[in-house]
Amino acid sequence: MLQQSLDQVFHALSDGTRRAMIERLAAGPASVTELSTPFSMSLSAIGQHVQLLEASGLVTTQKKGRVRMVELKTETLIGAELWFEVHRARWERRLDRLGCLLEEEAANPETPKPGKRP
Amino acid sequence: MSKPTIFSTFTVERVYPAPPSRVFSALSDPVKKRRWYAEGEGFVVDSYSLDFRVGGFERTRFRPVGGPDMTNDGVYLEILPEERVVFAYSMTIAGQPLSSSLGTMELRREGDGTRLRYTEQIAHTSGIDATADRIQGTEELFEVLGKELETHP
Repeated sequence: MLQQSLDQVFHALSDGTRRAMIERLAAGPASVTELSTPFSMSLSAIGQHVQLLEASGLVTTQKKGRVRMVELKTETLIGAELWFEVHRARWERRLDRLGCLLEEEAANPETPKPGKRP
Repeated sequence: MSKPTIFSTFTVERVYPAPPSRVFSALSDPVKKRRWYAEGEGFVVDSYSLDFRVGGFERTRFRPVGGPDMTNDGVYLEILPEERVVFAYSMTIAGQPLSSSLGTMELRREGDGTRLRYTEQIAHTSGIDATADRIQGTEELFEVLGKELETHP
């Protein structure tokens, strides 16, 4: 895979909305309108995300009559390895946040826990 | 025909400058756990609950900003204070199953700090076909991904 397309794939996956769309498409192809339903954003914003995903090669789109269908291109998810990495990346971020929390605690040992009344 | 199930395993490790008791407290206290486990940039947490005991449940309802509803529900299987926590959990998106996993947290004192090792064994049930054409340059991919994770932790 070319460096340029890898960069595009990572850029496409760097956005939470687009990751959610990929996860939705893992359940099966959807029309752009169907894809937009759970998202509280305009159709044109959804269309821009779809365009970016298509440019990265993660999805293909096809016009069927008046409906544009979006389908996940599993080859680009690199067999499944990249998909697994999305899952692992969640945990990398979690353990980094845990580190920040422990640092804050060490810096402010007397700070009462949020949610507790003084 | 049902979608194929794909299995995978990964391990993530960190060393924190805090004793195992404090790290364990961040795993078991619902207020602390919510902050690092459920909350995250780009996500909205609609509800979170944690009943930290063997047989107790942990439930998260969340979604990416502007995205579909997701769930992350688990149950605690083994708890050895300050040493090991084993749990099982499943994720769904827009009502569709994504994956089910066994997660193991291992804590080990290291100097004044704690080494935390998290291992997850996953059954991916969302139908990504692992038999799809093998990629060229997997190693290159992981190298780039490693850099990406460093740049955007």
